Amino acid sequence: MAVSQKTGTGTNPMLNSLKDFFTEIGELSYFAGRFFREFLKPPFESKELLRQCYQLGNRSLVLVLVTGFIIGLVMDLQSRPTMINFGAVSWMPNMVGISIVREIGPVITALICAGRIASGIGAELGSMRVTEQIDAMEVSGTNPFKYLVVTRIVAATLVLPLLVIFGDFVALYGSALVENLKGNVSFQLYFNTIFDALSYGDLLPATIKSFFFGFVIGLVGCFKGYNSKKGTAGVGIAANTAVVMASLLVFVVDFIAVFVTDIFYDM
Amino acid sequence: MICKMEIKEKTAAPDNPIGQRKAVIEIRDLRKTFGNNTVLNGFNMKLYEGENLVVMGKSGSGKSVMIKCLVGLMQPDSGYLEVLGKEIKNLDRETLDILRADIGFLFQGSALYDSMTVRENLEFPLRRHKEKLGKTTETEPLVLEALENVGLAQTIDLMPEELSGGMQRRIALARTIILKPKIILYDEPTSGLDPITSKEIIDLMRSIQKKYGTSALIITHDVDCARVVSERMILLVDGINYAEGTYAELSESNDPNVEAFFKK
Repeated sequence: MAVSQKTGTGTNPMLNSLKDFFTEIGELSYFAGRFFREFLKPPFESKELLRQCYQLGNRSLVLVLVTGFIIGLVMDLQSRPTMINFGAVSWMPNMVGISIVREIGPVITALICAGRIASGIGAELGSMRVTEQIDAMEVSGTNPFKYLVVTRIVAATLVLPLLVIFGDFVALYGSALVENLKGNVSFQLYFNTIFDALSYGDLLPATIKSFFFGFVIGLVGCFKGYNSKKGTAGVGIAANTAVVMASLLVFVVDFIAVFVTDIFYDM
Repeated sequence: MICKMEIKEKTAAPDNPIGQRKAVIEIRDLRKTFGNNTVLNGFNMKLYEGENLVVMGKSGSGKSVMIKCLVGLMQPDSGYLEVLGKEIKNLDRETLDILRADIGFLFQGSALYDSMTVRENLEFPLRRHKEKLGKTTETEPLVLEALENVGLAQTIDLMPEELSGGMQRRIALARTIILKPKIILYDEPTSGLDPITSKEIIDLMRSIQKKYGTSALIITHDVDCARVVSERMILLVDGINYAEGTYAELSESNDPNVEAFFKK
């Protein structure tokens, strides 16, 4: 799909921005529709998909682990004094565990991946577009959308839940370390308490929304990169706007996920 | 590095005069506009079997747009485009992909896939079109043959970033010919290269044409390249084919617009 020119050419800047916003949403929706059409059609680029899963996972794993560990530590350190004041320090594992698994782990991991994966895909595909590599694929009879876009979106969708699991575990470990050092709580007791507190109702929605986070991150990165224009400057713009848009969409998806989960809880 | 670029002649181009040969590409009244900028305004052209046709024009005159329309990378606003007897506009994706196996395209900046080795770059077109060559499994001999044609067999496991600009252009040429196309479209084949490397590329283009009997459409503003490779030339000015003839005919023209191309 050739991305249309920005529509905002009138004199009212507010109206122009609004038009551009809706044009962007329309183009993104069309791009997502094309993804689903191409995704279901053979041939399936399984080798490239595995390579992308490895690349995307490998690219983000260390960052997710380090950030997760620090988040766990900080969260425990920040909450501890308040919980002590309320005489509820024994609830620390429950509070931290549920917060991390249900909300903080998936969202923080998704935001890191929005920065890492979406910008990486945006820059890579943008650079391929600018240097005519995508055109070269097209001319050689390979569908570049299927080879480059479908594989990356599917890889991001599959990899993000795994990264969330690793991130959650390390965050819980960071929190456990604080409790162990400051509250003399053993690791075993800490984790037993957390697992007793957690239910499928906590794990399942978090895991499902992680798939959606991965999908929007891959989708936005590919959309921005694949439709990159304006030469090398366009590559920078593609990477930058991919991060901003992906981060924003992570929060939108999170809101929708929490809203839907809440409806199910009420039922 | 000394490169082996001699290619044994296998298939010669047809011997009959160009005008009597079959047209492999036909363009009629091609028009393309970007916003308010009309780049092609009724361009006409025929490329005949085994011919080397050069289209010259200033930067931004629509030369690249024209060849991108030919392979379906861009859609023209209007006009008739026929390649190897098939009208491009009427082709579905599947048929267009099959047709593309008979059209080689050398991009201006080489367009090598920078995340793949030279071997993987050359294998890439074979993923889809290997059956065209009547070979079902082994890609290695095809890759080696293409690399030997451009004298760079030793670079097979290198990454594009490890190659010089001239070597990248030759690898791109090897990738272009790996499917033994009937037509090769060259988009500024010598741009950005020093005169010696440009000459190497031009020699390769001629050798490939002799070996495989391909028809070649060469887009360039390099007069030296045009002089050496062209059998016929078209000058693209203001979106139309302004002048047409052999290099000798055009270089002696007194028309100021034509003269401008040949002034040193």
